[in-house]
Amino acid sequence: MSAYEKVLLARAKDRPTGLSYIENIFEDFVELHGDRRFADDPAIVGGIATLNGRPVTVIAMDKGKDMRERVKRNFGSSNPEGYRKALRLMEQAEKFHRPVICFVDTAGAFCGMGAEERGQGQAIAENLVAMAGLKTPIVSVLIGEGGSGGALALAVADRVWILENAVYSVISPEGCASILWKDSKKVKDAAECLRLTAQDMMELGVVEQVIPEEKEFSQTYAHIQEELEATLEQLSALPVEELLEQRYQRFRKF
Amino acid sequence: MGLFRSPQNELEKGGKPVPEEDAGIRTACPHCGAQLPLSELQDNLQVCTACGYHFRIGPRDRIVYLVDEESFSELYGDMKSRDVLSFPGYDQKLRNAKLASREKEGVVCGTAQVGGEACALFVMDPNFMMGSMGTVVGEKITRLFEYATEQGLPVVGFTVSGGARMQEGILSLMQMAKTSAAVRKHSDAGNFYLTVLTDPTTGGVTASFAMDGDIIMAEPGATIGFAGARVIEQTIRKKLPQGFQKAEFLLEHGFVDLITPRTEQRETIGKLLRLHRKGGKA
Repeated sequence: MSAYEKVLLARAKDRPTGLSYIENIFEDFVELHGDRRFADDPAIVGGIATLNGRPVTVIAMDKGKDMRERVKRNFGSSNPEGYRKALRLMEQAEKFHRPVICFVDTAGAFCGMGAEERGQGQAIAENLVAMAGLKTPIVSVLIGEGGSGGALALAVADRVWILENAVYSVISPEGCASILWKDSKKVKDAAECLRLTAQDMMELGVVEQVIPEEKEFSQTYAHIQEELEATLEQLSALPVEELLEQRYQRFRKF
Repeated sequence: MGLFRSPQNELEKGGKPVPEEDAGIRTACPHCGAQLPLSELQDNLQVCTACGYHFRIGPRDRIVYLVDEESFSELYGDMKSRDVLSFPGYDQKLRNAKLASREKEGVVCGTAQVGGEACALFVMDPNFMMGSMGTVVGEKITRLFEYATEQGLPVVGFTVSGGARMQEGILSLMQMAKTSAAVRKHSDAGNFYLTVLTDPTTGGVTASFAMDGDIIMAEPGATIGFAGARVIEQTIRKKLPQGFQKAEFLLEHGFVDLITPRTEQRETIGKLLRLHRKGGKA
């Protein structure tokens, strides 16, 4: 399969969205809204749930399942208030010693006027710094599109996993083709050159594991659930300083 | 017969003297069009004396304008980028950038004194692939923060960037996380970090260390934002209003602390460093 075919798979409309992961992997989910600053951004869903009895904070980017939902959730492209809501929930998790689990799926942070007026860059920057030092375990799973800084804002984690047919990139192949070669037809070449597939991520050391996508997707959820349980067990046993030092080194190597 | 024959015409005699008012080279201000004598422009730190437009300048000029004489000592000056992903055309781009900027990479790091105050300093370079952040830019800035944390030094950073360097793919995105983590360690240790946003500061640099400063200063008229203006216009299918994403716009919306003209930066930065001096009176 070519890199561009992978991009199309990662964007496929019938792909499970962030909320499906929350519903199928966790129990007792209570959704919490708003950034306490400006608004609630439906492009990012967050709240508290249990993972096999353990309370956790879950945050998921969600593109929406049907047209109405997609419009409501801005096709999964968050505004600053989405990142600020995520940050609020992460700091809440830190206070109550809950691990944080993020599901990442976005073409990128939203590029609108309001987003700029309200500090899109500042919101992402703040999340990166906060996550680098958050005193509780963080696991991020790239489930579809990992679009640049807008994706990284939920992916500075102790473990980063990626689904078999998900992608992660600094720029969309379309953007890359039009900027570098002034030719949007070169999208396929750009996708190849950017090295954005799950397999590339594994080779480049950007992720710890690739999650296979089973035909019966419930098996994939079950697999993620098992992996999360084992990993949180492991990470929660670490002293906080050790956890943070390992997280620092994880990103220091690039 | 001597070695040289005597001058045969006006040119050989050295030409006609240049009338006083035309002496010296002039540069046109791209903003107001004023014809500025080069010496006057340089004396004014490359700020237009007619309209205040701040010319885009490289790191060496900035360092000269900012630091106390002879106080700059460069760090990590030998680091060079490699084409790690074998990205088509990247090698050539790097060669061109080195020629255009006369630098090895897109950021210059070192230690210096400003108004007698010691600091670690990084200055990005608009002439090196528009200050795009690849692994070497990220590494140099990270090392500088680690060094400053070790030494208990404040960091002053001048940003100018088109964003992440796409020829390094996901590895350039990882620089945002790497630098942010180093900024965090520096900050947790109680050290002061001042960023000066210059034209243009956009993309992944805005979304990481540019916006992480304890104090964020901007140069007048600088374009500062996350998304580029063209991308926003394509997304919202509207023209952006005049002044959108300019330093003054960010000040109005609460995202920068102060706008300081280049000619006042040395004094203001020196003062801010003094106000953050550790364990004693400022």
